[in-house]
Amino acid sequence: MLAIKDLCVRLEDEKKEILKGVNLTIKPGEVHAVMGPNGSGKSTMSYVLSGKSGYEVTAGSVALKGTNILEMEPEQRAALGLFLAFQYPIEIPGVGNMTFLRTALNSQRKFRNESELNAAEFLKLVRDQAKLLNIDTEMLKRPVNVGFSGGEKKRNEILQMAMLEPSMCVLDETDSGLDVDAMKIVAKGVNGLRNRNRSFLVITHYQRLLNHIVPDVVHIMADGKIIRSGTAELALEVETNGYANFKEIA
Amino acid sequence: MQELDGQLRDGVDIETVKTVKSVGEQYKYGFVTDIEMEFTPKGISEDIVRLISKKNDEPSWMTEWRLAAYRRWVKLEEPSWAMIDHPPINYQELYYYAKPDSMNTKPKSLDEVDPKLLETYQKLGIPLQEQMQLAEVEPDDTLEQNTMSKKVAVDAVFDSVSLGTTFRKSLAEAGVIFCSITEAIITYPDLVKKYLGSVVPTSDNYFATLNSAVFSAGSFVYIPKGVKCPMELSTYFRINAENTGQFERTLIIADEGSSVSYLEGCTAPMRDENQLHAAVVELVILEDAEIKYSTVQNWYPGDEDGKGGIYNFVTKRADCRGDRSKVMWTQVETGSAITWKYPSCILRGDNSQGEFYSIAITNNMQQADTGTKMIHLGKATKSRIVSKGISAGKAQNTYRGLVSIHPKSRDSRNFTQCDSLLIGDTCGAHTVPYIEVKNNSSRVEHEATTSKVDEDQLFYCRQRGVGEEEAVALVVNGFCKEVLQALPMEFAMEAQKLVAISLEGSVG
Ligand SMILES: Nc1ncnc2c1ncn2[C@@H]1O[C@H](COP(=O)(O)OP(=O)(O)OP(=O)(O)O)[C@@H](O)[C@H]1O
Ligand SMILES: [Mg+2]
Repeated sequence: MLAIKDLCVRLEDEKKEILKGVNLTIKPGEVHAVMGPNGSGKSTMSYVLSGKSGYEVTAGSVALKGTNILEMEPEQRAALGLFLAFQYPIEIPGVGNMTFLRTALNSQRKFRNESELNAAEFLKLVRDQAKLLNIDTEMLKRPVNVGFSGGEKKRNEILQMAMLEPSMCVLDETDSGLDVDAMKIVAKGVNGLRNRNRSFLVITHYQRLLNHIVPDVVHIMADGKIIRSGTAELALEVETNGYANFKEIA
Repeated sequence: MQELDGQLRDGVDIETVKTVKSVGEQYKYGFVTDIEMEFTPKGISEDIVRLISKKNDEPSWMTEWRLAAYRRWVKLEEPSWAMIDHPPINYQELYYYAKPDSMNTKPKSLDEVDPKLLETYQKLGIPLQEQMQLAEVEPDDTLEQNTMSKKVAVDAVFDSVSLGTTFRKSLAEAGVIFCSITEAIITYPDLVKKYLGSVVPTSDNYFATLNSAVFSAGSFVYIPKGVKCPMELSTYFRINAENTGQFERTLIIADEGSSVSYLEGCTAPMRDENQLHAAVVELVILEDAEIKYSTVQNWYPGDEDGKGGIYNFVTKRADCRGDRSKVMWTQVETGSAITWKYPSCILRGDNSQGEFYSIAITNNMQQADTGTKMIHLGKATKSRIVSKGISAGKAQNTYRGLVSIHPKSRDSRNFTQCDSLLIGDTCGAHTVPYIEVKNNSSRVEHEATTSKVDEDQLFYCRQRGVGEEEAVALVVNGFCKEVLQALPMEFAMEAQKLVAISLEGSVG
């Protein structure tokens, strides 16, 4: 599904190197978790995958479903099935959540030469999905993320993911800011989307989330590199000992 | 006075701006209708003014009115205070009257109008059939609505003549008069004499004075006492002929306790020469009456190098004469090479209200100097101004607004919100508010912001699969939401699409 090879990235402006040779391969249907100290480059990796400007790839490659995506526009990557649940979802004043979702969904469908959903089909889909995630329909009418609480924003990201049905989902700290119940709802939402053809890259600081979304592989990222990979056990180790031990190894 | 110029804070946006393409290429209404036309000779003189009056079969009082305006105009000078720049207009090189030959024998109804002309309106998407206009509306969260049917009466103006108006019968049953101004001068001389020039006097300003001398076409509306106009009224202006100015004059009178919603739309072919449009709109609103006047202005803006396009010099004013009268101007200005336009409200009646909602989009070399004047004369009058200016390319966009509260206008209030959005670093946004408050019981609030289109918002949209141009349109439409909501629903969707079209090519 996703193959990141020796990825090196620096900031366009400051020429500061942030990713220093990341290697990560995710097979279809797998769930991988990435943990790591603040500032280690996790969000940067998610931005580079999705094509945000301001970063310069100095070496390495990223293939999604066998296609090199580094030269593609963000919307092309999205249409190919890449989705990023943002660590800090963006507010768009004046643009209704529903309008936003419909525009996004239909853009992707158009891109893939599929027919656009009509109003009724769309409405039904969004209402059903919102219900699963315990999202009030009032929230669908409000402008995208404007005035949403931290937890509401995160749930809204998962709603978008459920609507867009991507094949490669990157979740950047979706659990941060969620109360216990909301985390269970989000985990349930994610688990409901798990299937043989869909993969997840879950960035988190907390082992807790991984009790609900059980990963196939856990990676530890530090200083722009994956320094350890292992089973779910690895997350428990982080929980008890922190990152100190890993750093020494690195 | 406050000056906010489009300065780029960081380099992020350069990528966005790299390929500023021509809006002209994307202008959807740039076709020319190929028909035989009758013109008055080029240029302007007393003889031309007389000739125009004669072509319109006008009574002599009207001819004299025009001549008086003309004699005043020759002594005036073109104003230069606006933040616009253009080569001098040679007023002797213009045609002041152009009429399709086929309109020489006046058609009795629209059915008799030359099919070529009717086809023009069909191409523009304007319904001239008297049928329910089915507006298929998609579910939108903020403009929530379902499929609805709505009747809209249309006056179709082609260069200097009105082809005809629709729904005459059902409007007449309600006592509403909706016809061309030319027809009104002949059929309703008393109403015209009483109100024409009573809001915008012939001496008002250079362009209004010129209009008074040479105007042709435009709409006349009279809503009798207590009548709520049973349908939307609208006029579509089309400039077709080359080197021809359009000088329409619209007069709307809402008698006591009446109400009406009126919309005007405008398009023109793509031509390399600039064309002049100098219109006057007068609104008279009596006690407890209300007029909602909406404009979707989409004149040809010129190409990316600033070649061609309409010079749009328009005087629009509403006189809230009666107590508790109300006017609401809503404008979506996307076209024209130059827009010079300040729809104003004279709040004369006590407790009268004026509102101005504006979206002005300028791309490439377009220049807009637009805003409003709120003149508070009556007691406890209220005004509200919401202006959204969007600039892209090398465009200049100025909001110029006057709020004047006179000594006797006690307990009056104004609220002004003025937001500018910049796309790229080669355009400019300017805010020029003039505020005068001459008593101590009134209150004025003014808020202004200038921001750049947010790269994070664009990236967020694009990550969800929305293409870059559509993302810009989405974000800009969000920025304009308050104003779009002020439009009649049937036109809000149209305006949203227009916002997207006028920004095409502003990013790449
Ligand atoms: N645009 C930028 N300008 C300056 N520094 C940046 C920029 N983007 C990232 N960085 C720096 O790069 C490093 C990695 O940041 P990143 O956000 O990827 O970390 P992270 O692993 O996601 O951290 P956290 O766990 O706190 O979310 C940090 O030191 C950060 O300050
Ligand atoms: Mg992060």
